Amino acid sequence: MSKPDVLKTLQDAGLDVLTCMQCGSCSGSCPSGRYTSLNTRRIVRKARKNKDILHDDDLWMCATCYNCQERCPRGIKIVDAILMIRTIAVHEGIMLPAHRKISELVLKHGHAVPINDATKEKRKNLGLEELPETVHKYPEALADVKKLLESCEFDKLVVEKQE
Amino acid sequence: MTKLSLFLGCIIPNRYPGIEKATNLCLEKLDIDCSDLPGASCCPAPGVFRSFDKSTWLALASRNIVLSEELERDVLTICNGCYGSLTDANNELKENAALKKSTNVHLEKIGKKFNGSADVRHIVELLYDEFGPEMIKEMVTNPLNLRVALHYGCHLVKPSKERQLGSVEKPTFFDELVEATGAESVDYPDKMACCGAGGGVRSALLDKSLEMVNHKFSRISDADIDCIVNACPFCHLQLDGGQAEVKEMLGLEYNIPVLHYTQLLGLAFGFSPEELGIDLNVIKNDAFLAKLKELAENE
Repeated sequence: MSKPDVLKTLQDAGLDVLTCMQCGSCSGSCPSGRYTSLNTRRIVRKARKNKDILHDDDLWMCATCYNCQERCPRGIKIVDAILMIRTIAVHEGIMLPAHRKISELVLKHGHAVPINDATKEKRKNLGLEELPETVHKYPEALADVKKLLESCEFDKLVVEKQE
Repeated sequence: MTKLSLFLGCIIPNRYPGIEKATNLCLEKLDIDCSDLPGASCCPAPGVFRSFDKSTWLALASRNIVLSEELERDVLTICNGCYGSLTDANNELKENAALKKSTNVHLEKIGKKFNGSADVRHIVELLYDEFGPEMIKEMVTNPLNLRVALHYGCHLVKPSKERQLGSVEKPTFFDELVEATGAESVDYPDKMACCGAGGGVRSALLDKSLEMVNHKFSRISDADIDCIVNACPFCHLQLDGGQAEVKEMLGLEYNIPVLHYTQLLGLAFGFSPEELGIDLNVIKNDAFLAKLKELAENE
């Protein structure tokens, strides 16, 4: 399989990282970067150079607060670019185990955070129905969600690829 | 005002049902025509699912919107993440015919079609736009003598190009709604800073995520406040449950009560903390509950 062209994919989506002047406003605005290795400026630089960034752990440290995107003097949609690079990585089979797990929850329950017994009890005590008006209460609605996920081949995407 | 349907999302009905109850009570008090949205799913969460696969994100989000279209109602969200996900998906599908077409290919398999006839609202911007702080203030029966540390949450206001709610560096609309309840919205350093939960960081890198929220806790605890108020259950989970996790990880104890805006407004409408599920938080602060009781008795 050929290597994905990250820069071209970003540019085709209107995410023009080539206009970046490496001023560092993004990194300076990043709340995650205070506590993690995330260096937003470096991610943009690697994307500009079309260097392999798909295995860069920093990609997953962005909390998507959008500070960098709001403050970028060049108007680059930096968070959108990071999300798109993540998409390319996921489609290459690169994904954190915890994110596979959340995906499995949605595949199974239609909720990323499904209900549990403790919450059912809280709901009853509040005078709410034990199950909320969501896919939890309507099996036919959950079946529709599963059908959509299958149609998008999301199940195949998030299952760990066998080398 | 248009008719609405209530989109619950995941965390509110499945972890913090007190917020669901508080929302119902407030909507009734405000005489807002808002129905259930039976069969809705995860929005799906913007920072994770959108970044995994766009077509999946659009398919699930559009199904939720279509459920509301079928009821001829706009979607009311009470979570910044759901608001962000559904607003962004709705805008993209309304503006991009090719995306709408490819999404409808998936939806057709379950007998649904995205038309683009519904809007997506967040309860905070809805209350600000349709009622305004002055009207809310007039409706308040139990003014709250509380000092509040307000946490907007990133996705309520950003990306600003999509939200169009004014300044993202120092917005005021939510503060005005907090002060309409009689409370004081106290300024504190890094007030607009992220809680650290979003983007899949909390789920995959919990310790880093907790370091980020601990920064907020330290700023807030210096501000001499009674409680934190937010408008997003994921922030709520991070700010409430996160305190217990920070205590375990870093040995720091804050014990700050955390309220969703509908719970604060519910108190100002005269409902009890128990009716609003405020006592169901991870953080149990007896002094705060006693203060609320005292406020209620003084009315």
